[in-house]
Amino acid sequence: MTARLVVQRLGFLLLGLAALIVIAPILVVVAGIVVRGIGAISWEFLAGMPRSGMKEGGILPAIVGTLLLTLGTAVVAVPVGVGGAVYLSEYARDTAFTRAIRLAIVNLAGIPSIVYGLFGLGMFVLFLRFGTSILAGSLTLAIMTLPVVISTSEEALRAVPTEFRTVAASLGGTRWQGIRTVVLPQALPGIITGVLLGLLRAAGETAPILFTVAAFYLPQLPHSPLDQTMALPYHLYVISTQVPGMPPGVQNGTAFVLLALVLLLNFAAAWIRRHFRRRRPW
Amino acid sequence: MSKVSIRDLTYSYAGAPSPSLSGVSLDLPVNAITVLFGPAGGGKSTLLRLINRLNDLVEGTSRRGQVLLDGEDLYAPGVDVTALRRRVGMVFALPLPLPGTIRDNVVYGPRLAGVRDRGRLAEIAERSLRQAALWEEVKDRLDASAFSLSGGQQQRLCIARSLALEPEVLLLDEPTSGLDPISTAKVEGSLFALKESYTIVMVPHSVQQAARIADRAAFFLGGELIEFGEGQQVFTAPREKRTEDYITGRFG
Amino acid sequence: MKRSRPRWSDFAVEALIRVLGFSTVGFVLLIFAFLLREGLPVFFKLPAAALLGKLWYPTFGKFGGLPLILGSLLVTLLAVLIALPLGVATAVFVREVAPRWAREFLKPLIEVLAGIPSVVLGFFGMTMVAPLVRQWLGAPTGLTAFTGALVLAYMSLPTIISVAEDALDAVPRSYRDAGLAMGATRWQTTWRVVVPAGRSGVIIAGMLGMGRAIGETMAVMMVTGNAARLPLDAAALFKPVRTMTATIAAEMGEVARGGIHYHALFGIGIVLFVLTFLINLAAARVIFRRRRKGGLR
Repeated sequence: MTARLVVQRLGFLLLGLAALIVIAPILVVVAGIVVRGIGAISWEFLAGMPRSGMKEGGILPAIVGTLLLTLGTAVVAVPVGVGGAVYLSEYARDTAFTRAIRLAIVNLAGIPSIVYGLFGLGMFVLFLRFGTSILAGSLTLAIMTLPVVISTSEEALRAVPTEFRTVAASLGGTRWQGIRTVVLPQALPGIITGVLLGLLRAAGETAPILFTVAAFYLPQLPHSPLDQTMALPYHLYVISTQVPGMPPGVQNGTAFVLLALVLLLNFAAAWIRRHFRRRRPW
Repeated sequence: MSKVSIRDLTYSYAGAPSPSLSGVSLDLPVNAITVLFGPAGGGKSTLLRLINRLNDLVEGTSRRGQVLLDGEDLYAPGVDVTALRRRVGMVFALPLPLPGTIRDNVVYGPRLAGVRDRGRLAEIAERSLRQAALWEEVKDRLDASAFSLSGGQQQRLCIARSLALEPEVLLLDEPTSGLDPISTAKVEGSLFALKESYTIVMVPHSVQQAARIADRAAFFLGGELIEFGEGQQVFTAPREKRTEDYITGRFG
Repeated sequence: MKRSRPRWSDFAVEALIRVLGFSTVGFVLLIFAFLLREGLPVFFKLPAAALLGKLWYPTFGKFGGLPLILGSLLVTLLAVLIALPLGVATAVFVREVAPRWAREFLKPLIEVLAGIPSVVLGFFGMTMVAPLVRQWLGAPTGLTAFTGALVLAYMSLPTIISVAEDALDAVPRSYRDAGLAMGATRWQTTWRVVVPAGRSGVIIAGMLGMGRAIGETMAVMMVTGNAARLPLDAAALFKPVRTMTATIAAEMGEVARGGIHYHALFGIGIVLFVLTFLINLAAARVIFRRRRKGGLR
């Protein structure tokens, strides 16, 4: 009898060990970047323009560029993604075509980010002649973010109890009226969580913006969507691999800022999800 | 002319071994309470949902026969289903408030129909809540969440919600099944008052309830209409043996 | 009541929603179309033998993709080999063993990992892991296939853990209850009943993890050393290697638009697209087959 319990103890210990091996490095990475990067953070670093080939000054254009790209991504990915989710959740029947849509979403989710970069180059930069621009970069990132937004939004919509739709219909509401007045508002926290998760991934991506928007040393802020811009992920990549003699403080500081931005969105998403789950009446 | 007429209605769900309703013909009189009773699975709830076409939302069903409202075929092509559902309201077995305030719930239907004027909505809210015998209890807290009400109050709120659209017919599917006796009595009381102005069709949750309130009663068994007649007659001197067996509790 | 009042706004909205629903299919087709447009020429200009050659030296006109393909495969397979057992074990731990309070901080942490940008992980790998590899394993720069596999394994973990968790969640409670009712310990129940029931979920986790790993660009680019050599022996594990993804990222910036090198890079893109498409198709098949069989896996 006790032999089995000993086996169980060992087994659980092994599993716990595996979990530890998985979890511990996460903390190490975050802590490492925070500890090594926080020293470089100053008002000048965050709000100043770069100087002397990036070795001095601040990274404001990169921060602004990332924020603009994220905003641009949201502007396209949210309507298209939520709309697609509403279709799948509320209108689509189980036909071959619906399954094709779901297959397409799974595939979009699996396409390597560098391939998105190639696509963005081919379609937006060259074919549509947007050039390397915030426009091209945002559109590329938006398509890449679509699967996440659609999946999480659809889940949020499906979680709303069917009874609400039935009640709305019984009170003389069309399907869209029911969705607009009851289902969507109730699904909104879940949708917002999904959007934030998608956006934080878009903010951190480098490969899709390599050929579509990113510039390295652009000591000015972008004026129009057709401008190139610096961006944090690309910036970190270049200053850590391409530029000899870059002070490590700048590298760590940039890594810190990018990580902080991503973690902020992450916490916001988690907070929204928890807060509204408690408050919902169903 | 009766308000609602069912003519030889047969209805099946997709993949079901037998129809939910077989050759049902029934005339529901205006300004009266008609009760559809019988054991579970007899087709009563299905029939209700066919009158306000709520079963349109279910796929793969087949239907033969007619459902007429004031002589008009409800399933004729081109019929405006949302307008129909404003003329035929429904209250469900479980209280189902929509997320929002009490006021939001009551005026939900009229708002969707396009009523915008605040004053008008307030009148509608008060009238409906009075008709559902709920006004006195909630008039001071119309902005409270609908979920803060008790079960019985929520159900009366749902009744008020349906009444806000001033339907001509009110369908109730076991409306008091989850309620305590006091709330049940209040609901039954309001139904008595309402039948003056509405045609009421109800699936009761017990034979006793049916006997208490029915002006007309229809007994359903296995999708067939077995007997239909005056309430008093059906419950004290049923014509069919099966009806009598069910009422006296020999099966059910 | 007879005539239905046309509600144009409803019509318009519903039509728009339908279009948006179809858009995903459109995007997949569009992406494939553009890849073909820019990448097909290389398959016409160079014979298959040259494209599968052992040397990738664009400056000398050599476009042999074998080192890149093998490089990707080596790093990916090793990464999945590391990540799959770790990920499944962690999923089992979180779902079946850990007390509720532990779950509350384990799950958010895994989500944090999922959110860390690959360039940040690559930076960390480059500055903190590679030196360790250099010290302990003697690799000259620490930028090796092994380092890449390590970093890649961590990036695939969230995917694997999430799929494995879903698979475990889908196992009905009655299975566990039955096992325990027969006198098995929780450990025995977990390993003999629950995990086998979630078997196909583990397979899917592995496939999707592989798909994730093969498509990763920045992190591998920063830690694998980027030497397009053929990794043919065991020692190659601790030498630099280059993946398909890194090749595109590193070289596209300098190519002449429309030249053979340009087309070749798009050609690699096509290969990647097809590879991940097939992996996802296979995974989706397993999922659909499981669903159609009804019941469990």
